[in-house]
Amino acid sequence: MKILVCISSVPDTTSKISFEENDTKFSKGGIQYIIGPYDDYALARGVELRETLGGTLTVLNVGLADAEPQIRKALAIGADDAVRIDAEPTDSFFVASEIANYAKDKGFDLILMGRETTDYNSGVVHGIVGELLGIPSFSPVMELKLEGNTATLAREIEGGKEKLEANLPLVLGCQEPIAEWKIPNMRGIMSARTKPLAVIAPSSDALTSIDKYELPAPKGACKMISAEDAGSLIKLLQTEAKVL
Amino acid sequence: MSVLVYTELADGQFKKSSLEAIFYGSKVAAQVGGSMTVLAIGSASDDELAKAGNFGASKVLHANAQNLASENIMAYSKVLSETAKSLSAKVVISAKSSLADAVMARAAGALKAGLVGNVVELPNTTIGFKVKRSIFTGKAFAETSITSDIKFIAIKKNVLPLEETTNSATVEKLSVDTGSLTESSKVLETIKATGAVSLPEADLVVSGGRGMKGPENWQPLLDLAEALGAATACSKPVSDLDWRPHHEHVGQTGVKVAPNLYIACGISGAIQHLAGVNSSKVIVVINKDPEAPFFKAADYGIVGDVFDVLPKLTAAVKAL
Ligand SMILES: Cc1cc2nc3c(=O)[nH]c(=O)nc-3n(C[C@H](O)[C@H](O)[C@H](O)COP(=O)(O)OP(=O)(O)OC[C@H]3O[C@@H](n4cnc5c(N)ncnc54)[C@H](O)[C@@H]3O)c2cc1C
Ligand SMILES: Nc1ncnc2c1ncn2[C@@H]1O[C@H](COP(=O)(O)O)[C@@H](O)[C@H]1O
Repeated sequence: MKILVCISSVPDTTSKISFEENDTKFSKGGIQYIIGPYDDYALARGVELRETLGGTLTVLNVGLADAEPQIRKALAIGADDAVRIDAEPTDSFFVASEIANYAKDKGFDLILMGRETTDYNSGVVHGIVGELLGIPSFSPVMELKLEGNTATLAREIEGGKEKLEANLPLVLGCQEPIAEWKIPNMRGIMSARTKPLAVIAPSSDALTSIDKYELPAPKGACKMISAEDAGSLIKLLQTEAKVL
Repeated sequence: MSVLVYTELADGQFKKSSLEAIFYGSKVAAQVGGSMTVLAIGSASDDELAKAGNFGASKVLHANAQNLASENIMAYSKVLSETAKSLSAKVVISAKSSLADAVMARAAGALKAGLVGNVVELPNTTIGFKVKRSIFTGKAFAETSITSDIKFIAIKKNVLPLEETTNSATVEKLSVDTGSLTESSKVLETIKATGAVSLPEADLVVSGGRGMKGPENWQPLLDLAEALGAATACSKPVSDLDWRPHHEHVGQTGVKVAPNLYIACGISGAIQHLAGVNSSKVIVVINKDPEAPFFKAADYGIVGDVFDVLPKLTAAVKAL
């Protein structure tokens, strides 16, 4: 089994977001970066599969050098080797074509990703990669079992889930409860230091660019209603907020 | 500049979010001086499809081959990219949904198109083609230029207030070469809550957290949701504990909703929860702890016991 897991490096979900240089740049100062929460599920399932079926697991990130602690963490969790494509990952098509260019002649059986990144929340990189490689893609996947060349998946659909069967190779966007997040142990952390991390130059161009950032307008004060008189809220929702 | 809108059908009807995409598409077409075509995949009557006209469409292409009857990412994206090619569409629009994300992604891949999701306003086309999108799960916005020849955008719910006319659209069958849509997967089973209001589509949502104390206590919340015609949702611990199904959980790792009204019952308002609900127009918080962080994100608040407050709200809704 040859597995590729693609991870993004994103601000911790509790980060306070701010911008600089006239709101044209994201302020990285004071931000704690993590492996994308969904990508962590993909990585955990990838490591489980590699442990039971053998083979190799490569972790890939499109990002600048500041993503390396997250890549090392993925190596400590159980990836065998890592690749970083050295570019700022702001455009989905660009990230996807870099991943596809890297993967195209390597014969991966499974390319696992998160359902979406938590910075730009597009949920599209896996689909674009699937199309560029000419192989099926599914997302969001909550269960993945393999038997020989056949994968059995459960995909979340609106109001429920769908179980399906498909043949490898596949690209999957993963979410819980596909696996439990893994925490690196001491041995993993030690061995991660010597595992190979290749840095490759990008080979394609972005199709979108961010011109300016903006923060939402601050929320007005919350109007309090006494519990005794709770019913009066409904009138306010109808006549004042006009949502009923 | 020709505009193509990808729409979704549920139970033989346009999804509300798809009607929003059609309306949005008609405004974009007017702005860039082009025609707009709607693509609908799946089964629906011509009468239903003609309703796209109420929201600004003049033409609907209907693809309804047998292997398009149920959700099929590979086949749908092929139909979308082939249609975009044959119409020389320069802008392809959809409402964001988990299916649309997957379909749009593959079609954008096939057409080498820049794709931007979570768009919250009409594009600015005075110089180039710029869209404003929500990023960091609602914590910020980014004005983004799309520089490719073909542009793909997916819009959030409630971007424009819908305006309805009595125009109707012409419906044309789209013949799809089904032979080219190879079966790459086989659906084994579909488990779907029936009759319930779809959560991502809902205008009104009533949601419960750990403050509800247990699955056996959900009835008062369900009663309010039913009286309002609202969808039900929950916090992550509630679905982790199996008090409610996983597809109801909202937040950072769950469904992102953008209803007109979100009523949070016994939910503390952790940042990961807010990430899924902060695009709601109006937020009501019911919590017995006056210090609960959720009140800071709320428009209306009631400090009290949910089991005391919920029946009062239900009675007031019934009295409307
Ligand atoms: C990476 C990550 C991702 C996460 N993703 C999500 C996510 O997607 N969605 C999500 O919801 N959470 C998510 N969480 C968890 C989140 O941090 C909170 O733990 C969770 O939202 C808390 O759920 P809760 O408000 O239901 O429970 P609690 O925090 O336990 O709050 C219960 C609230 O109910 C109130 N209460 C108790 N009894 C009553 C009563 N009788 N009447 C009125 N009020 C009462 C209490 O005052 C309290 O405020 C995530 C966490 C992490 C680390
Ligand atoms: N910069 C990146 N490097 C590697 N993988 C990424 C990157 N960005 C996104 N991905 C993968 O693609 C998935 C979907 O991302 P997105 O379409 O940006 O929401 C993520 O969960 C990751 O697994």
